[in-house]
Amino acid sequence: MSGMHRDRVRKGRRLSFQRAAQLACAALFNGYAAGFAKGRIFTGPTKMVCVPVLNCYSCPGALGACPIGALQTALGARHHVPFYVLGTLTLFGTALGRAVCGLMCPFGLVQDLLHKIPVPKWTVPRWLDRPARYVKYGVLALLAVGLPALLGLGGGVGDPVFCKYLCPAGTLEGGIPLLLADPALRRAAGLLFGWKTLALLAILALSAAVHRPFCKYLCPLGAFYALFNRFSFYQLRLDQSKCVRCGQCERACPMGVEVTKNIRSSECIRCGKCRAVCPAGAITSGFGDRGEARAEASGRGS
Amino acid sequence: MKRSNAARLLSAALGLALLAAGLARREHLEVLQKAVRVCLECIGIG
Ligand code: SF4
Ligand code: SF4
Repeated sequence: MSGMHRDRVRKGRRLSFQRAAQLACAALFNGYAAGFAKGRIFTGPTKMVCVPVLNCYSCPGALGACPIGALQTALGARHHVPFYVLGTLTLFGTALGRAVCGLMCPFGLVQDLLHKIPVPKWTVPRWLDRPARYVKYGVLALLAVGLPALLGLGGGVGDPVFCKYLCPAGTLEGGIPLLLADPALRRAAGLLFGWKTLALLAILALSAAVHRPFCKYLCPLGAFYALFNRFSFYQLRLDQSKCVRCGQCERACPMGVEVTKNIRSSECIRCGKCRAVCPAGAITSGFGDRGEARAEASGRGS
Repeated sequence: MKRSNAARLLSAALGLALLAAGLARREHLEVLQKAVRVCLECIGIG
């Protein structure tokens, strides 16, 4: 098999693995199909389980709870540190890091699919891109944690600020299907719904030109998992002794990671695109430290 | 490599401890209570 043909085959297989994982997770987390037909949400006991991704619990199909929504409710309305939610997220982060984003999140899938639309693509200039990547940490600290907790002080019911003013997954998965099915909700929709729809449309439109703008710049859950990327069990590894410095991995990376310099970057969503295009087979992935030991033995560790 | 290993084991232990504490405080039932009602803020109504 020629090198180029082998690359194409490998690329095809890897992409389809990512897509299959994304579709399977989207179906699993939103498997209550009857909800869409009835315009009602699922109320069974699985709703006590937090899913690891940004998936609105007011989506008619949702079988589990959104961790970012649950986090804000615990802080704002129940006035306590949300041990259960933080424990769940810490375990997923420790196991997978941002592979949750690359392989499991339905809103990540939506952005990936929109990016396939053939419109001119835009690479955000570095001077804007680098600082903007920190905005998501601000969204986590302020909108998902700080403000809900602050507004709930003194016994009041704090608003889930991120859900209320920004979350595009809530509007797309919950707001739009429920309003389509329920005239009473449609009558109740006002300025806030208009704002949230606008925010959603802006993010969706931008996704066609820029790869995963919401994940790069705004998602509080992506920011949380980013904290685990350096040491999570699941890792990507670069064998420096095999790398031929062709730069194909960095050109293929949708998140703009400098793969050859920093493969454990907090921006890497472990989508595997770099591994699929590497002509030297220098990039591998897996759990634990076996690959790390191999990489260290063959030269510099990643 | 050793440092990563220690960090991931520590992080896993922390995650388990947090989860156990949350379950002991029955926080999963609070999550259930919230998740079975339509969240008006999430859908952009309230
Ligand atoms: S960054 Fe947020 S929206 Fe993007 S894939 Fe991760 S959890 Fe989902
Ligand atoms: S470094 Fe590789 S796995 Fe990570 S986001 Fe970029 S292409 Fe995907």
